[in-house]
Amino acid sequence: MFYRETGQFHTTYAADMAVFPIRQDRIGLAIILGVAAVAVPLLGSSFFVSSVMIPFLVYALAAIGLNILTGYTGLISLGTGAFMGVGAFACFKLTTAFPNVNIIVWILASGLFSAAIGMLFGLPSLRVKGFYLAVTTLAAQFFLQWCFIRIPWLYNDSSSGSIEVGRRTLFGVPITGAQASPQTRYLVLLGIVVLMTWVASNIVHGRIGRSWMAVRDMDIAAELMGIKLLRTKLTAFAVSSFYAGVAGACMMFLWYGGGEPNDIFNINQSFNILFMVILGGLGSLIGSFFGAAFISSLPTLFKFGLPAIGINIAGATAEHLTFMVVGALIVIFLIVEPHGLARLWQIAKEKLRLWPFPH
Amino acid sequence: MKLKFILACTIGASALAAAAIPARAQDSVTLVTNAYRTGGFSGSGIPLGNGMRDYIALVNAKGGVNGVKINFEECETGYDTKKSVECYEQAKAKGNILYLPWSTGATLAAIPRLHIDKTPLLSMGYGLSAAADGNTFPWVFSPPLTYWDGASVALNYIAGKEGGMDKLKGKKIGLIYLDAPYGKEPIPFLTNMSKKFGFELQLYPVPAAEMQNQGALWLNIRRDKPDYLYSQGFGAMSPTAVKEAIKNNFPMDHFLGVWWSGGDNDAQAGGAEAKGYKSVTWHQVGSNFPLIQEIIKEVVDKGQSLTEKGKVGEAQYNRTVYQGVLITEAMRNAQKITGKKVINGEDMRRGLETLEITDARWKELGLEGFAAPMKVTCADHGGHNKAFVIEWDGTKWVKASDFIAPSIDEVLPLIDAAAKDYAKTDGWPKRSEACDAK
Repeated sequence: MFYRETGQFHTTYAADMAVFPIRQDRIGLAIILGVAAVAVPLLGSSFFVSSVMIPFLVYALAAIGLNILTGYTGLISLGTGAFMGVGAFACFKLTTAFPNVNIIVWILASGLFSAAIGMLFGLPSLRVKGFYLAVTTLAAQFFLQWCFIRIPWLYNDSSSGSIEVGRRTLFGVPITGAQASPQTRYLVLLGIVVLMTWVASNIVHGRIGRSWMAVRDMDIAAELMGIKLLRTKLTAFAVSSFYAGVAGACMMFLWYGGGEPNDIFNINQSFNILFMVILGGLGSLIGSFFGAAFISSLPTLFKFGLPAIGINIAGATAEHLTFMVVGALIVIFLIVEPHGLARLWQIAKEKLRLWPFPH
Repeated sequence: MKLKFILACTIGASALAAAAIPARAQDSVTLVTNAYRTGGFSGSGIPLGNGMRDYIALVNAKGGVNGVKINFEECETGYDTKKSVECYEQAKAKGNILYLPWSTGATLAAIPRLHIDKTPLLSMGYGLSAAADGNTFPWVFSPPLTYWDGASVALNYIAGKEGGMDKLKGKKIGLIYLDAPYGKEPIPFLTNMSKKFGFELQLYPVPAAEMQNQGALWLNIRRDKPDYLYSQGFGAMSPTAVKEAIKNNFPMDHFLGVWWSGGDNDAQAGGAEAKGYKSVTWHQVGSNFPLIQEIIKEVVDKGQSLTEKGKVGEAQYNRTVYQGVLITEAMRNAQKITGKKVINGEDMRRGLETLEITDARWKELGLEGFAAPMKVTCADHGGHNKAFVIEWDGTKWVKASDFIAPSIDEVLPLIDAAAKDYAKTDGWPKRSEACDAK
C-alpha cells in the first residue's frame, strides 16, 4: 500500500539507473540516516552506543571490505583480521609520528597501508583459486600476527606490547582517547562508515565493480572480453584491504581505545567477518550491515537484554545459550535462505510492493 | 513476516537493553567481576570464579561489610576482549565500585578510561606491570606483586638452593613462555639479572597456536640442558609443558612456574610423575584455614556454591579468596576514611590505596599463615610483597619455602621506565588524586 512505485516515472537514463530508483527507498534511507545520526546519540544510553552501535558499525565496515573481495570478486580471504591489524598499527604509527595531523586523516590513510599489504598477499590469487587461495590468505593472517608480536617497532617498544590511544581532537572536541564520549566516537565512526559505504556503492555499481563481478562469474570469459585479470583481482584485494584497514583503525581508535592488537586481530576475527558476509549476503552492501548486526550485536543484546527484561540467568548459562541460539539461527537462516539476509530483505520488498493485494 | 518478526525482536531487544537499570536496594554496593567459565581458558576460569563467588556469599551471609551487602554479579567473557569491554560498560552502568578484568587484554583496554569513569581496577598479579606505579596510575592496583617480582622471587629461590646469588654464575636458566606480551614480560628483568650475575638466559617461546604441541621445543631444551627452567605460561600451555618435561626426563624439581602455571589442573596433567614441580605464589593452598572451613560450612554445605567440596582450597580457588579479602578489607578502609557506609568507586580507590593486611589481621580473618603481610601505598600499587614457592607432591600442592622477598631494587627501575613510557601517551593525566594517610 505504501511501498508502491506507481506514478513514479523516470524520464532520464540516470534516474532509471539510480541505486535507489523508488522514492520510498530514498525516504527510508533518509529516515534511517536521520535516526542513526540524531536519535541514537540523543536517546541511546552510553552502553547501547558504545557496546552495540559502535561495534556494529566497525564490523559493517569490515564486512563491506570482505564482501568486495568475496562477494563481488569471488576470492575467498581468511586474512581480514590481520589486514585490520595492519590498519590499526599503521594508524598508531602515523599518529604517534605526526600527532598534529587530524586523526580522521590518519584513520583513512591507514587503509592505504593495509591495501598495499593486501595487494602483496593478493598476488597469488592470479594462479591459485578457491580453497587454495583461502590457504594463502590464512598464511597472511599467521605471518602478520607473527609480525605484530615480533616487531616491537610497531608498538613503539612498549613493554606491554599494546597500543595506547592518546587524545586527538576535532574542532577542539576529543574524538579518541578516554576523554572522548561514546556519542562523539559514534558520530565520527558513523561519518566514516556512511562516506565509505557511499564510495563502495559507487565502485561496485561502476566499471570496476562490473569487472569484478565478471571475474567472479567466470574469469576466463572475463579475460576473453578484455578484462585484465591481474589488475582486476589486485584492485579487489586493494580496495577490500583498504576497507579492512580502516575498520581496524576504527576498531582500535574509536571502539577499544587501546589494547593488545595480537589479542584482537586474530584468526577468530577473520572467521567472524567471513560469517557476517556469508550470512548477510554475498555481493550485497546492505547484506554486510545485516550480517554485522546479526553476528556482532545479537549476542550482546541476548546477554544483556534478557536480564534487563527480568529473565535472570547466570553469566555462563547466558553465554552457552547465546552460542546455541545464535548457532541455531545461523543454520535456520542458511537453510531457509542460502543467499543471506540481504536476499530475505529483497523478497520482503517485492512482497511489499503487492501487499495487501497479492494477486 | 519472518523478517518483520526478526526486526521487531531486534528493535524490542535493543530498546530493552537501553532501558533503565533496575533500582538497587538500600545499603548495598554493586560489585561485578569478569569471569570466564566458558571457552578455552575455562579450566582456570571456573575455580577462579568459584573462590570469589563463595567468599562473597560468606561475607553476605554474615551480614556484609559493616552491614553493607555486596550485590555480586559475574559477567561472562569467555576470556574474549570484546566481551570484556562490553562487560566493563555494563558494569559501569550498574554503578560498579571496582572493576575486576581477569584478563590482560581487558585490563589494557580499561586502563585509559578509569579516571574518567571514576572506577578503580584491581588486577591481582596480572595486567600491566607498569601500573604498579601509583603516581602514574592512581586508579590501577596490581597487588600483591608484578611478574617482575615473580621472576625475581623465582631467581632468589634458585639462588637460595644454590647457596647465594654469586653461585648463579655460569649456570643456564631457561625461560619457557607463551609467545605473547604476557609471556614475554619477564624477559627484560631476567636479561638484566643474567648480565649482572653472569648466568646464561635461554629463551623458549611457545606460540599461542602451538600451546599443546611443544615437542620440537623440548628437543631444544633437552639439547641445551638448562639447570633450571622458569615457565611463564597460561591455559593449555602449562599442563603440556609439565607432560613434556616428564617425557624428556627434565628434573622436575628444577622446573618452576609463575603463579598462573601453578594451578591444580596444570600439575595434575603429570600426576605423580610431576612430583617436585614448583610454582611461585603468594597464598597457601588447601582448606586447612578457619575461614575456608567456614566457607565450606556456610556456603558449600548449604548447596549455595557451584563447586564440589573436594575442590575447595585448590590453588586457583584460594587465589580469588585472597582477592575477596583484599576487596572487603579495602571496602572497610574506604568506609572508615569517608565515614560513609555505602561507598562508590572513588571511595573504593582510596580504600585500596590505604590497604594493609598485617599478620595479626590475617589471623583475625581466620587465615593465619595463609599469605605474607601485604601493603599498598600511594606510590606503590603493586606492593612488591613477599611470595613463596609451592611444590607438587604428586597429588596436591604443598608449601616448599619460607616467604621470599623480591629484589625490589632491581624491579623498581623497570617499573619506573615502563610507567614513564606509558605516560607519554597524549592526554594521559598527571595524578590529581590526593593521598590519604593510613
